[in-house]
Amino acid sequence: MIDARRRRVLKGALAAVGVAFATGLVSARAVLAAWNAAAFRAEDPATALQGLLGTSEHTPSDAVRLQAPDDAENAAAVRVTVEVDLPNVRSISLIASGNPYPLVASFELGPRAEGFISTSIKMAQTADVVAVVKTDDAILSAAKRVNAAAGRCVG
Amino acid sequence: MSGIRIRAEAKDGITSVRSLITHPMESGLRKDSETDEPIPAQFIQELVCKWKDEVVLRAHWTGGVSKDPYLAFRFRGGEPGDPLEISWTDNLGQSASETTTIR
Repeated sequence: MIDARRRRVLKGALAAVGVAFATGLVSARAVLAAWNAAAFRAEDPATALQGLLGTSEHTPSDAVRLQAPDDAENAAAVRVTVEVDLPNVRSISLIASGNPYPLVASFELGPRAEGFISTSIKMAQTADVVAVVKTDDAILSAAKRVNAAAGRCVG
Repeated sequence: MSGIRIRAEAKDGITSVRSLITHPMESGLRKDSETDEPIPAQFIQELVCKWKDEVVLRAHWTGGVSKDPYLAFRFRGGEPGDPLEISWTDNLGQSASETTTIR
């Protein structure tokens, strides 16, 4: 009887460890799979977009409004705001064309999210900031030259 | 202390979220100015924002996002009193999360 109970307890404990292990593995793998190294470690914008969206083509559009300063006071923190006047925006990605790794960030928007993102990025040198927006049926963009000459070199 | 500050306000059916996160966001490309040794990369790779249990935004970042990142976004729905969670995981496997109440 004691043996039977011990077995049950042991079995339960083993099952719990198994579940914890399995979920741990799954979440670690999910995070690794989700961060797209081919895109984020690409050294030019076209390769980065190819890795992220499957194409490097994008169409400049007035529906994508990109706000960034003409002259960055601090190249280590350049405020960039993107607003998209379209429904069904799937993702907004930010590229600093002159950075060693140009694809800086990508935002996947859930069904409830509005086409709006604001964040701060680093700029290694004066270059175009490009916002690339994926909707249900197009890949659109807006670009703006930002003078980062006064700033520190940061990558 | 998660190092995540969130302000979320619901107005006219839209919830506006602003957040400040304490994180070094080291790109791995800088060198220590005294020793000339490379400073190891440490940056947030994934950030997830949930309203109740629904993911409203998932961000993938690099060391090109500024130190102590700022993030603002908006979503449809959300009411005062609803929980809103932001969590992140960095390239070293560290993580943090914070839940606030929509005002």
